[in-house]
Amino acid sequence: MKVFTILEKHGRKPSRLVPILQAVQEEYRYLPEEVLTYVATALDISPARVYGVATFYSHFAIQPKGKHIIRLCDGTACHVKDSIPILDAIRKRLNLSPKKATTDDMMFTVETVACLGACGLAPVLVVDDKVHGQMTPEGGVELVEAVIAQEKA
Amino acid sequence: MSANILNILDAAAGNGVMGGQVPKAQRRVIVCAGTGCVANGAYEVIEAFTTQIKAAGIPVTTEFKAEGGADLRLNKSGCQGFCQMGPLVTILPDEILYNRVKVADVAEIVSQTLVGGKVVDRLLFVDPATKKHCQGINDIPFYQRQQRFVLKECGTIDPENIHEYLHHGGYAAAKKAILHLTQEQIVQEITKSGLRGRGGGGFPTGRKWEAARVQKSAKKYVICNADEGDPGAFMNRSVMEGNPHSVLEGLMIAARAIGADETLIYVRTEYPLAVARMRRAVEDARKLGYLGDHVFGSGQALECEVMEGAGAFVCGEETAMIASIEGLRGMPRPKPPFPAQSGLWGKPTIINNVETLAHVVRIINQGADTFKLLGSAASPGTKTFALTGHVANTGLVEVPFGTTLRDVVLNIGGGITDRRGKVKPNGFKAVQIGGPSGGCLTQEHLDLPLDYDSLRSVGAMVGSGGLVAMNEKTCMVSVARFFMDFTQRESCGKCVLCREGTRQLLALLDDVIEGRATGETLVLMEKLALAVQKGSLCGLGKTAPNPVLSTLRYFRHEYDAHVFHKHCPTGQCKALAKPSIDAAKCKGCTACAKQCPVGAISGGRKQAHVIDQGKCIVCGVCADTCKLEAVVGV
Repeated sequence: MKVFTILEKHGRKPSRLVPILQAVQEEYRYLPEEVLTYVATALDISPARVYGVATFYSHFAIQPKGKHIIRLCDGTACHVKDSIPILDAIRKRLNLSPKKATTDDMMFTVETVACLGACGLAPVLVVDDKVHGQMTPEGGVELVEAVIAQEKA
Repeated sequence: MSANILNILDAAAGNGVMGGQVPKAQRRVIVCAGTGCVANGAYEVIEAFTTQIKAAGIPVTTEFKAEGGADLRLNKSGCQGFCQMGPLVTILPDEILYNRVKVADVAEIVSQTLVGGKVVDRLLFVDPATKKHCQGINDIPFYQRQQRFVLKECGTIDPENIHEYLHHGGYAAAKKAILHLTQEQIVQEITKSGLRGRGGGGFPTGRKWEAARVQKSAKKYVICNADEGDPGAFMNRSVMEGNPHSVLEGLMIAARAIGADETLIYVRTEYPLAVARMRRAVEDARKLGYLGDHVFGSGQALECEVMEGAGAFVCGEETAMIASIEGLRGMPRPKPPFPAQSGLWGKPTIINNVETLAHVVRIINQGADTFKLLGSAASPGTKTFALTGHVANTGLVEVPFGTTLRDVVLNIGGGITDRRGKVKPNGFKAVQIGGPSGGCLTQEHLDLPLDYDSLRSVGAMVGSGGLVAMNEKTCMVSVARFFMDFTQRESCGKCVLCREGTRQLLALLDDVIEGRATGETLVLMEKLALAVQKGSLCGLGKTAPNPVLSTLRYFRHEYDAHVFHKHCPTGQCKALAKPSIDAAKCKGCTACAKQCPVGAISGGRKQAHVIDQGKCIVCGVCADTCKLEAVVGV
């Protein structure tokens, strides 16, 4: 089992909880509840502590994410260069809202990120780890369409 | 400081430390491969160069060799800080900087420049102010007015090659510190230099180190704070991507100074490239025996680990970062005891910012006196600012402390731009400095020298050095709301006033923006802001109200317009916007009427148009369309 290997690699030390959860998320793309419980038992700490850490950091997801992850940078530089209209346009195209980040078919998750440090390219949109700079609402929707087309092909 | 050390320092300064020359005969093509340029296709450009150069029959290498080697060396560099113009290609020794290079341009660069020795004019940077084509870094006003030390090597050396760093005098300072200087000597030199923490608070680095040095403990730690969470700041990312060894070297010196044998670099997870390059640097240093059980062949042991954060802004705070490293929720704890007394695992720990550590290297190499030549008396040295927002040239700007805001934003930044990216001579409205913890500076501060103390005196702070320029179309209430939204999300929840107070401040700002506010709202907002400042434990809560307080201080009229006249002067707040057409400016071209999605604009050809307020959905398309700027209020 993968989680076992991860735990072994970190010497089953509770102090390594953050890197352990990072590795688990890398594997499962989110943190399933049963894995969190398993990690707690293996590290001999309470499930509450593991859950507490998992929900504290924004990088950790306790809900499954879509196959394609679209992240819009909403750092200061992107914000003043009108990042929100891009977010609105993409959400509209995918029928998503601030409360609903993942599409029903589990294809897309749309989220915002505080700052990617690529402020010189503002506004920035990241589609599956590829950074696109100087984005526009139309350009963002085009990128989404391209992924949809690719999925259909 | 004994004369002895001064001699050593002088000798080091003269020894071609950081800034040695590459062999003269070799020509170099350097492609910037920072996050920005990679996003714009830098790797594809490098590939194209490899194929095209080979096709042209020029012997080429990608490896660094101190002497000899092929005629041409092609390598990638870290972030050169002029991200907007990427991918950047530098050709040495010709000193040519090509910008926005696409794969299709590579063949021309190879045949014209590398073979023919001619400059491809169309790929040069054009100064937006003078329309002049600038050949190299020294011709471009953006670089010309800067004094780059921390960023200096970022644009030229291959960040993944430790030998090139060594060739430029790298690790000389760490070697000297570990083999020849005592702990006291190092701390004294840093104290004498007056170096202050570049991460935010500006605490004197020497004092921090001394506090940890005097602790009697067999175990001590040094942590490099690379959790650059301030939205709009990316100087630490650039240094880690462009010159990771300089950070590691600074960290080694810090460890030696306080007697630590374990170090840790805490990098935010949003910077995957920086994480990879730092890890590579640590690995390469270990292979050469710079880390491990016998550092530089001495009896001293030193280890370094790179840890990724998990997306929590508050972890930039020292005690929260320690909690995070210990595998807990990143929540701050009260100080004292300070980390220097009891930090990671209860042991003496110092935490320094990336940029601070990079400066340490230079201070040990060249001496405190050289370091103090630049900057102001209380804030010596240079500082890197991340200049972004509505400016012509966005990017990283390293200038001595005491440089005026005007110089940074209007001269180096090339002026304020409008929505379409054109430079507007009188477009300056404000800059937000120091991110969510900082404040705004206005027209009246343009000649303010930027340093720790002058900024504090006007209710702002250096912070990590994020500098977001805003044009006159930016609503300051919305800016305050943006930061409050950020801090209330990032509040760790420990202190009630920070957790609930920031949330209520956000709700009050929403009232202002959406037209529900009364005079009392502003009074309440100010009161609450002061309460949050007082009732919070750590820097996040203490500074969270700053954007509100500083916009209230300098842009009270804008708040008043929202509250009492239900009007947003910039038209940015959709709930209050009432777009109308200035009949004097409208030439009746019908462009806006054609674009309006709801047909709310009427008026014949060559007649002033009118917007039907009943139909208008305040989308702003008309304002974007109109070339005469006749649409106002949206």
